[in-house]
Amino acid sequence: MSEKTIISLKDIELSFDGEVILDKINLDIKDREFITLLGPSGCGKTTTLRIIGGFLEPDSGDVYFDGERINNVPPNKRNVNTVFQKYALFPHLNVYENIAFGLKLKKKPKDEIDRAVKKMLAVVDLKGYEKRPISKLSGGQQQRVAIARALVCDPKVLLLDEPLGALDLKLRKDMQIELKQLQNQLKTTFVFVTHDQEEALTMSDRVVVMNNGKIEQIGTPIDIYNEPANAFVADFIGEANILNGIMKEDYRVIIQGKEIECSDKGFGTFQPVDVVIRPEDIEVCKPEEGLLAGTVTSVVFKGVHYEMEIDCDGCLWIIHSTECESVGTKIGMRFIPNNIHIMNKLFPTENNIFKVTVVSSNSYENSMEIDIEDSVIKVDGYCYPEGSELEISLPPSDIYIAGDGNGALEAYIVSVIYKGEYNEIIMETENHTWLMTSLQDEQVATTAPICFKFDNAHFTLCSGSGGDSK
Amino acid sequence: MKSKAPSCPYLLWMIIFTIIPLAMVIYYAFTDKSGNFTLQSFADSLFYTDVFVRSLWIALLSTAICLLIAYPLSYIMSRAKSSTRNVITMLIMLPMWMNFILRIYAWVLLLQNDGLVDIAVKLLGLDVPLLGTTGAVVLGMVYNFLPFMVLPIHSVMLKIDNRLIEAAEDLGANKVRIFSKVVFPLSVPGIISGITMVFVPTASTFLVAQYLGGTGDKMIGDVIENIFQRDKNVGSAISLALMVIILIFIIVMNKFGDEEAAVA
Repeated sequence: MSEKTIISLKDIELSFDGEVILDKINLDIKDREFITLLGPSGCGKTTTLRIIGGFLEPDSGDVYFDGERINNVPPNKRNVNTVFQKYALFPHLNVYENIAFGLKLKKKPKDEIDRAVKKMLAVVDLKGYEKRPISKLSGGQQQRVAIARALVCDPKVLLLDEPLGALDLKLRKDMQIELKQLQNQLKTTFVFVTHDQEEALTMSDRVVVMNNGKIEQIGTPIDIYNEPANAFVADFIGEANILNGIMKEDYRVIIQGKEIECSDKGFGTFQPVDVVIRPEDIEVCKPEEGLLAGTVTSVVFKGVHYEMEIDCDGCLWIIHSTECESVGTKIGMRFIPNNIHIMNKLFPTENNIFKVTVVSSNSYENSMEIDIEDSVIKVDGYCYPEGSELEISLPPSDIYIAGDGNGALEAYIVSVIYKGEYNEIIMETENHTWLMTSLQDEQVATTAPICFKFDNAHFTLCSGSGGDSK
Repeated sequence: MKSKAPSCPYLLWMIIFTIIPLAMVIYYAFTDKSGNFTLQSFADSLFYTDVFVRSLWIALLSTAICLLIAYPLSYIMSRAKSSTRNVITMLIMLPMWMNFILRIYAWVLLLQNDGLVDIAVKLLGLDVPLLGTTGAVVLGMVYNFLPFMVLPIHSVMLKIDNRLIEAAEDLGANKVRIFSKVVFPLSVPGIISGITMVFVPTASTFLVAQYLGGTGDKMIGDVIENIFQRDKNVGSAISLALMVIILIFIIVMNKFGDEEAAVA
């Protein structure tokens, strides 16, 4: 890995059918590094790769290759090759012809092609397979042919789009190590796309964690694991206890009503924060010796360790320990300040705060209708004059997913994070971002119909709005 | 082992409607009117050799023209949006909902003296007869059998994974190379089944030449139809000869197809 930047993405934006796929992506890929784009499905990682490969053109923003802008350069003219998802090998050609495909197009002399292909076959451990038809190869072998076919063109950058996704676990692990070794040996820049966090941590020099078209964090695997930038990254990389906390002052955080020493500072006084503690960083001790105490509710043997669930005043903690405690035991939990990671909340406010206009009001029934993104919603128990502008503060527990499918709005689920007691779900509609809490788990990158109830909402009349001139 | 019982209706169907008629044709071809073995029917059918050859020639010509029209059309269809594709498929299929003879009659009306096409041609300053020519026969064939060429080629092209095209592009292929190195080789099985599906019926069809062609344009299908009414022995002999030639053709085409399939 060198300090020279080979590919640079600047403010890349891409929408498809009005849906934002990539939202201002900025990324510098260094020469000869192994960089992984990691994220859940639908986060935009493959799209980013396709933009680098030249198969997609961004709506705005620039792609630089070795300092040169290449937005309009077609894939066949870029010094970049791709290993496609499910390989995309040519079924009408044999192994040799597949690998030689790129070199033949470059009109290289026959003996040179022959030498290069033979060498590549040796590199990917497929000597003697020249004449085999593609259909007679196993998944792992096809995988190697796909890598050889791309590498034989001697690209500056190799793009790999979930290349190990179709392989079984053991083969995948072997290929991870082989790919990493290959990259070390060839000194080619590898841009690897995966949704498997373990794969990303194993192979990469740097990991780019993406979600919902944005980059959440860029860093070395160690940084990403030990210092996640936010609760999403912590949740996605490895297992984590993610809890709501309040920063009392520098180095003091309140978790579950208990003030605990930590190593972070620079947050506001009494600022609500997300607290992340890895399950393996929690030490089991006697209840009276622990910072917190709880009851073991389940134990699962995971091979290297036991995974225990602890009920601590209604909040669920996960502990990884080599020692087993039996279900029902009361235990204490200890952790050192360095292992408590404090981060800003993903959602900026505690409640949903948004502005609406009253469409119609009915003082007789003490109700009104408000307009949220062209959807008219009836509010009982409150009545403001028609045309007033209101600011509503709505607790996250008062948004719910419509069971019958008829929601007021259709929302896109951006992230779901388990907070020990409930899931914290962040959703997007056309003009708003919503925070919802729910006991149910939801699938990210899908849409759901949402409803509102206003029993605990707080209404404020905006000054200068139509309501004043009654 | 799987039970063979479910195939019974199919077997029965085959026996009644294919095996038995075939056996009858073979029997008649090798016998005379009183049922004695003879090769005389084959000797008699040599009289129609030139009709035979011309039929094969017209079939070949029609197949070639179908291929020339269908291949680019299928390619465009496979690259088009699915809505456009559905419209084109519909337009190709639509005439097939109409009776075969009606379709030919429609062409008779268009091509005949003072028919729409005839008037158009005259306006262009050409005064040539259209109806009753070999050209009209080929036109009728192409018109009737084009869908049988388009559909198999189109379905093969549709199955070509877009990632293969992207992979070729990624490896440095321009549009021409993508076509010659990937799209064309992968569409060969479709071409072969299209050729088979057009050549076989055009070689043996009847009525088209009768309605659209002149007196000299009679095709072997018309001859068979005609003779069968008078002499089923000679009719059977010609049928059998035609069948053998078509069978050889199919075997040769399949051989091509197998070679393609073997590397595919």
